[in-house]
Amino acid sequence: MLALLMLNILAYMTPNPDKTQIIIHLLSVISQNSAGQFFSSGHTNNWAVLVCTSRFWFNYRHVANTLSVYRSVKRLGIPDSHIVLMLADDMACNHRNPKPATVFSHKNMELNVYGDDVEVDYRGYEVTVENFLRVLTGRLPPSTPRSKRLLSDDRSNILIYLTGHGGNGFLKFQDSEEISNVELADAFEQMWQKRRYNELLFIIDTCQGASMYERFYSPNIMALASSQVGEDSLSHQPDLAIGVHLMDRYTFYMLEFLEDIHPASKTNMNDLFKVCPKSQCVSTPGHRTDLFLRDPGSVLITDFFGSVRKVELTMDAINLTDPIKQMEENPVNGEEQKEVYSYADQLPVSEIIHQKPKQKDWHPPDGFILGLWTLILLVFFKTYGIKHLKHIF
Amino acid sequence: MEAAHWLVLLMTLVPSSVPQPKDDFQEELVIRPLHSGDIYASFQFRTLWDTDFMRENKVSHYRLFPKSLGQVISKFSVRELHISFTQGYWRTMQWGQPFIPSPPGADFLRYATLPREIVCTENLTPWKKLLPCGSKAGLAVLLKSEKLFHSSFHSQAVHIRSVCQDWQCKTTSWELRQTVNSVFDLHNSGQAKREWSLFKMFSRTLTEACPLASSSKLYIDITDNPQGEQFELSPATSLLSQAVVLGDRRTFSVYDLTQETTFGSVRSLNLLIRWKSNEGEMLRPLLHAERYVAGYGLQTGEIHTLMYNNHPYRSFPVLLLDSVPWYLRLYIHTLSVTSKGKDNKPSYIHYEPSKDRVKPHLLEMLIQLPPNSVTEVTVQFERALLKWTEYPPDPNHGFYVGSSVISSLVPSTVAMDTNSTRERPLFSSFFPCKEESSYFVRIYTEPLLVNLPTPDFSMPYNVICLTCTVVAVGYGSLYNLLTRSFQIEEPNPGLAKRIANVIRKMRGVPPL
Repeated sequence: MLALLMLNILAYMTPNPDKTQIIIHLLSVISQNSAGQFFSSGHTNNWAVLVCTSRFWFNYRHVANTLSVYRSVKRLGIPDSHIVLMLADDMACNHRNPKPATVFSHKNMELNVYGDDVEVDYRGYEVTVENFLRVLTGRLPPSTPRSKRLLSDDRSNILIYLTGHGGNGFLKFQDSEEISNVELADAFEQMWQKRRYNELLFIIDTCQGASMYERFYSPNIMALASSQVGEDSLSHQPDLAIGVHLMDRYTFYMLEFLEDIHPASKTNMNDLFKVCPKSQCVSTPGHRTDLFLRDPGSVLITDFFGSVRKVELTMDAINLTDPIKQMEENPVNGEEQKEVYSYADQLPVSEIIHQKPKQKDWHPPDGFILGLWTLILLVFFKTYGIKHLKHIF
Repeated sequence: MEAAHWLVLLMTLVPSSVPQPKDDFQEELVIRPLHSGDIYASFQFRTLWDTDFMRENKVSHYRLFPKSLGQVISKFSVRELHISFTQGYWRTMQWGQPFIPSPPGADFLRYATLPREIVCTENLTPWKKLLPCGSKAGLAVLLKSEKLFHSSFHSQAVHIRSVCQDWQCKTTSWELRQTVNSVFDLHNSGQAKREWSLFKMFSRTLTEACPLASSSKLYIDITDNPQGEQFELSPATSLLSQAVVLGDRRTFSVYDLTQETTFGSVRSLNLLIRWKSNEGEMLRPLLHAERYVAGYGLQTGEIHTLMYNNHPYRSFPVLLLDSVPWYLRLYIHTLSVTSKGKDNKPSYIHYEPSKDRVKPHLLEMLIQLPPNSVTEVTVQFERALLKWTEYPPDPNHGFYVGSSVISSLVPSTVAMDTNSTRERPLFSSFFPCKEESSYFVRIYTEPLLVNLPTPDFSMPYNVICLTCTVVAVGYGSLYNLLTRSFQIEEPNPGLAKRIANVIRKMRGVPPL
């Protein structure tokens, strides 16, 4: 019983030809109604792209914002292999950090959002507009490792979280370049046309954040921002020991809201829209749902923030495929290994001193070719007479 | 009878398993108390595997050796791999020689260094996942990032190479060593007394050895403390071990974690080192080096490398490798090597000039260092102006030049052990020894930070603003003058006049 349950859970998490056979076999056993209910939410896997675009120590709060969303998303079930985390600067091991290897979200150092098990995919100078757009659209060079790719398909729900300094229609990357809302909207349209997402939740915590989602035109996108056009997003509170502001208000209250969510909770998006009203946030958070097909009240928080697997119990027995035969090991070669190995000399001084200089390519001496041609011409004209000259010139 | 039948059936059903190549895992921690009161802790985790990655039959069953590394080795036919991540600079004069040297930043073999890489928990996490026991049992439980990164020096490395299986060396096996070297600062950790314990250093104590390890040991260096006059060690142990490491015979107290008795009645080992006196001199290292940039301004400069030979009467050769980025244009005709004021011609010089934006300078020299002397290598350079898109987002921080690598065979005071396959602690068997009279040492100098001439990046914005303002004001005024026609307008009359005008209009009289 338990084994079947585990098999189910494993089957979803690891695509494997043998195991997909089991799923198909299993589904045919269950009645058709529950199969429809199985896939009602429309997505089968979850991804998250979390980006912090600011560099320098005084932008500590942006890294803390991103790490707290990372923490919540991991806690609710999305594994590291499905999270692309981009941090433009290192705060935890920064030499100005009085407590190394920690990033705190609350003063009095209550919650270390950096934690002990963190995998950052893009760090430092690698966080650029180009890399961000390449991750979204999937147009990466073939040598890029898996952890740096967004390998989503048309059944993936993707959460995209951006934080940093922004303005009306743009977001600043590392104090040297910007991404505009038009570029972002076009990137999402590319993703839609390549069928790289099923539904997309876009959250942005910057000044005038609502301007970034104004230009979206692809379907199935829901967007949240921490402030309207013309308003600034404010930070929450400074910590006197660390010396900088620790978090932004919108993400701070969103983190508080997410700490109450667990994988089985049924809270929906309407509750997320109510996070951080003007009294707490000072700015007015905004949201946009006109491109989204489903009603926000029916969308669960865990559809985007968590990775909830549907599990069906069954009482029927299943025939597994034949046991895997171990490959026959090639018989060890009869002939003995004649070669004897030895350690190379660490510093072979005598060899270095008495090295023969490398053979350089031989070139003829300077002017040789010119002299040769002059000689040939002279001999020619001597033999055949100077009158031929006028035929040439 | 029935049961025997079933047993036989079961046995035949199990596919015949081919004996897997032997693999072995050892872990050890060496703690060396330093004279300043700091502590040097060196972890080594070694996995030996008698297999051949280069065979046609792919290796498919991984037990102790991590699969991710094994696949990389067989796919790219790797023969040797050394990669290290280091935070901080190793101070040879205060701390002596490290067991495993490494330059600041990230280092790959000798030639590729990234001096500015910051090492943090995000680098330690995947490193710990390569260990057979992970960070859950054995010595790796001590690797907690909050304490480990709060240190003066921290280095984690992965070394993969082939080693001889026995003294005949007809077959080789693959060795994977994962090392962590860390120096904990007395003052940094906010302690009043000169006292160290495992709990203070790592915020954890040891409770068990890794079950997959064939040997799990803890060594404390007590060479400077034969009668216990410098520091006191508790709990006491009777196991002692001697080893010749880095040209010196050292004595160690050994705690064997595979024995139950090591943990005592409380089932946990919390080693305590309490300092008693401040006296005692550290052995001066025979070779150490410094490097700095001299000069002024943003156009030219000079790199000085100083190498100190502290041996009273022996001289030894030193191989200096410098890899300078292309944007510092070295003038090799100004290269000079002087020892004790006199010119010291290197026995061998190899120089590969740089190509702009393609490859850096490579300078390699074999220099004989005279006894008890300072050798100075100087070379002048000019700073290049980069294209404005090539500057990083924070160009005013400066640009890093990687450490110089100095490899040398230093004469040893004690006879070194040349038998490479005898059972020895891991820390003494890292560099194989070929001769008894000298040992191999590699030291790294400081990385350099140079400022390149940086343009003012706000210039394009300023120029656009100014030009647009001038054009708008100038052209706009001219356009207005040429195309607008001017009319005289009566000023608005007062209220009394307006009422009077209305009455006049009614009367049919012209207004005021």
